[in-house]
Amino acid sequence: MSIIPAFIVRFYHKTASPPFFYNLSNKLLPWFTGIFLILLGYGLYAGLYLAPTDYQQGDSYRIIYVHVPAAWMSLFIYVVMAVAGAISLIWRMKIADVVLISSAPIGASFTFIALVTGSLWGKPMWGTWWVWDARLTSELILLFLYLGVISLYGAIEDKRTASKAVAILALVGVVNIPIIHYSVQWWNTLHQGPTVTKMDKPSIHLDMLIPLLVMATAFKFYYAIAMLQVARVEILIREQNTQWVKKLVENK
Amino acid sequence: MSAFFAVIRRDLILAFRRRAEIANPLFFFILVVTLFPLGVGANPKLLQAMAPGVIWVSALLAVMLSLDSLFRSDFDDGSLEQMLLSPHPLTILVLGKIIAHWLVTGLPLLVVAPLLAIFLGLPEQALGTLLITLVLATPVLSLIGSIGVSLTVGLRRGGMIISLLVLPLYVPVLIFASNAVEMAGNGLAVDAQINILVAIFFMSAVLAPLPAAAALRMSVN
Repeated sequence: MSIIPAFIVRFYHKTASPPFFYNLSNKLLPWFTGIFLILLGYGLYAGLYLAPTDYQQGDSYRIIYVHVPAAWMSLFIYVVMAVAGAISLIWRMKIADVVLISSAPIGASFTFIALVTGSLWGKPMWGTWWVWDARLTSELILLFLYLGVISLYGAIEDKRTASKAVAILALVGVVNIPIIHYSVQWWNTLHQGPTVTKMDKPSIHLDMLIPLLVMATAFKFYYAIAMLQVARVEILIREQNTQWVKKLVENK
Repeated sequence: MSAFFAVIRRDLILAFRRRAEIANPLFFFILVVTLFPLGVGANPKLLQAMAPGVIWVSALLAVMLSLDSLFRSDFDDGSLEQMLLSPHPLTILVLGKIIAHWLVTGLPLLVVAPLLAIFLGLPEQALGTLLITLVLATPVLSLIGSIGVSLTVGLRRGGMIISLLVLPLYVPVLIFASNAVEMAGNGLAVDAQINILVAIFFMSAVLAPLPAAAALRMSVN
């Protein structure tokens, strides 16, 4: 037990209390917004203006500065949801429920953005809006997994039961994602040969890579901002009968 | 262990008292397979190429539609609560219910599937593989499906949501099973696909009852 320093444990337990989380998010949000805007500004400027033009794809490759971070986020958020689900099932932490369900629509949006930008890029590069490529297909299935979580939460009226249900579903989903991903990849290589000219990666140039990583970090902060805002509203709704929320409303 | 067999026995007896309900998934399976030639045309080459996929997609839908009966009547008449309260581990009872469900819905599919395969012109050498994939993979459909139903059993209208929850999880089964049948039809070796299906079968047999039991506890209280 003593491996983890005491102040981290204390912080962790404190975060579990809704008022503490609410106030903490209050303090964090302006900082996150500032960092996000700086990173986004630099990332877009460097990605769209400073980075060199690709020798093969011209300027159309620049969509990766939105597409790739969005695709990364779509997986990252699902893992966050599963971890939150595990925490809520094991330690009955209310905040973990809130984080889980607040993340789902954001993750679904990122998945959708990744799919749309991918198909926008595919039209000039591959000559078609959609191919049943392994990555595209598993991204599409991921979108359905997100929609399943959202609609299950919406369908169960008692929100405490619903939180538990989506926690179980998120855990089941995260076990299945690698299996689905590899089976789709396998299916793809068996069914169709390399008819599609894949974007072969001759170890991406540093001037292109740095803006990409900056954009990915900016997206992480965006996720944190969006998730915290949804979570704050969710906390207020769930805790509307408690003293601290009543005080908060009176002081406004 | 005796409780496990008691659950299977009880569910089988209940199922045989309502024979019409057993036949429904079977008719559904046959009907969906019949619709495909009507929809895409009766070109024998096309049908032969599509046969493994058509049979597997139809089997998957038939099992999915029958899932609702897994816990529905027990939930309605309160025997599910009795199972939750009983001293036996819930995962074992759930596994027993799943096995009974498979015996009633999955097993009949095995009988008609070869017949339908011949209707669609699937090469005869693929029939054995088709049966093996059905034996291995329809229990997986019931096992994974049990998670979906136990999450939605408390809902009045869980039907559409189940498909959204369960179908994405069925993707690996569909891919490996229909691919094995297709390869066998072309006279190729299918050991790899069968091995993976065996692995998926054992994994879901061990793991699926756990979230299903947890979800039932959540649904009932």
